[in-house]
Amino acid sequence: MADLSPIWLTLKLAGITTLLLLIVGLPVAWWLSKGRSVIKTIIEAIITMPLVLPPSVLGFYLLLAFSPQHGVGKWLADVFDVRFVFSFQGLVLASFIYSMPFMISPIRSALQQLPASLAQASYTLGKSKRETFLKVLLPNIKPSLLTAIVLTFAHTLGEFGVVLMIGGNIPNVTRVASIAVYDSVERMDYAAANTYSLILFSITFILVITVFLVNKYQAKSPLE
Amino acid sequence: MISIDIEKNLKAYSGHRTLKVDGKFPMGSITKIYGPSGSGKTTFLKCIAGLITPEKGSIMVNEVLWFEPLSGVNLPTQKRAIGFVFQDYALFPNMTVQQHLEYATKDAAWIQQLLHMGKLETLADHKPIYLSGGQQQRLAILRALAIKPKLLLMDEPFSALDPEMRSALIKELKVLFIELNATVFIVSHNPQELEGLADSELLIL
Repeated sequence: MADLSPIWLTLKLAGITTLLLLIVGLPVAWWLSKGRSVIKTIIEAIITMPLVLPPSVLGFYLLLAFSPQHGVGKWLADVFDVRFVFSFQGLVLASFIYSMPFMISPIRSALQQLPASLAQASYTLGKSKRETFLKVLLPNIKPSLLTAIVLTFAHTLGEFGVVLMIGGNIPNVTRVASIAVYDSVERMDYAAANTYSLILFSITFILVITVFLVNKYQAKSPLE
Repeated sequence: MISIDIEKNLKAYSGHRTLKVDGKFPMGSITKIYGPSGSGKTTFLKCIAGLITPEKGSIMVNEVLWFEPLSGVNLPTQKRAIGFVFQDYALFPNMTVQQHLEYATKDAAWIQQLLHMGKLETLADHKPIYLSGGQQQRLAILRALAIKPKLLLMDEPFSALDPEMRSALIKELKVLFIELNATVFIVSHNPQELEGLADSELLIL
């Protein structure tokens, strides 16, 4: 029987990353959805970068940036005793950055597609921007919100390069399922690799099929 | 008295043009706004509501300055307490008829009165997607009235109603406007539509 701790670690990482991205991503997506400016375009490009950047490149720069030997990494280690390299919090940071477009893009796109008059009607009723967002805008982008949450979770499950670069392969600390698959194959333990792969495949498939089924009648495309 | 003297640049097919409106409107008056398509009638209403900011001018309502860029005054929409009936209705897809009105007011008796006036009592638990065009338009009017506005801005509010429903609703609105002492601006394309309701006209070119 394969050691299942990488699976639990992966689920924990995906859960924390998704929750953090939801908290940060909602206001950022809302801000990005309102009008255009050079600053917003630059920020959008930065958020989208992980989609096209090789994960190892991102991981390499995170490794440099948070190395406890110098710069920000040294400062964080000296002042707060926090280390992002070869630690679970490092995986969370890397996953947060790497999965950001999967949370923000669907929400931003859905908010932009809502007619501007919806928010305007709410303002004329005396409602604040916050109340309008929570009671009018957010409930009307539920399919996209669900898609964003599931895609972020599923994408974090499958991270490999960026996680390996900043976290390495420390059992119970940074060895997530995707790394455990690679590690098992390296050791020619195909049975363990198959167990991890099958569990990852099943979880991801169930998540994606759930989104498709839930959104089937609510969105024009299940991936909206 | 409502004093409006505004200028707003509009993007038009043939480049840019300027919407200019300068007028005084007594409180309690009902003004019909008409003019060709693209002349800026909706923009004018949105300027009054604070949803669009004019480049120049001022808006004063009952001696209270709502907008004047020179003095840095631009009262937020939320504080203008205006009722607005949007041309596309702007109904909230996630809310039922009843919830639309409850979102605007907590006065249950007033909600019942509105539902009765709009003949939507039996549809109170329906979401907009299950309403006909005319029912949606009536809901948009009721929601705007729910806050008991002193100033009501209506953008083509009767376009989807059949003649019978329209005249019945206009009759009730006329009484209600007097009760609320509301000042009303109504954009309309149909010259006959507001006969007997509007007491003044504003042409926007």
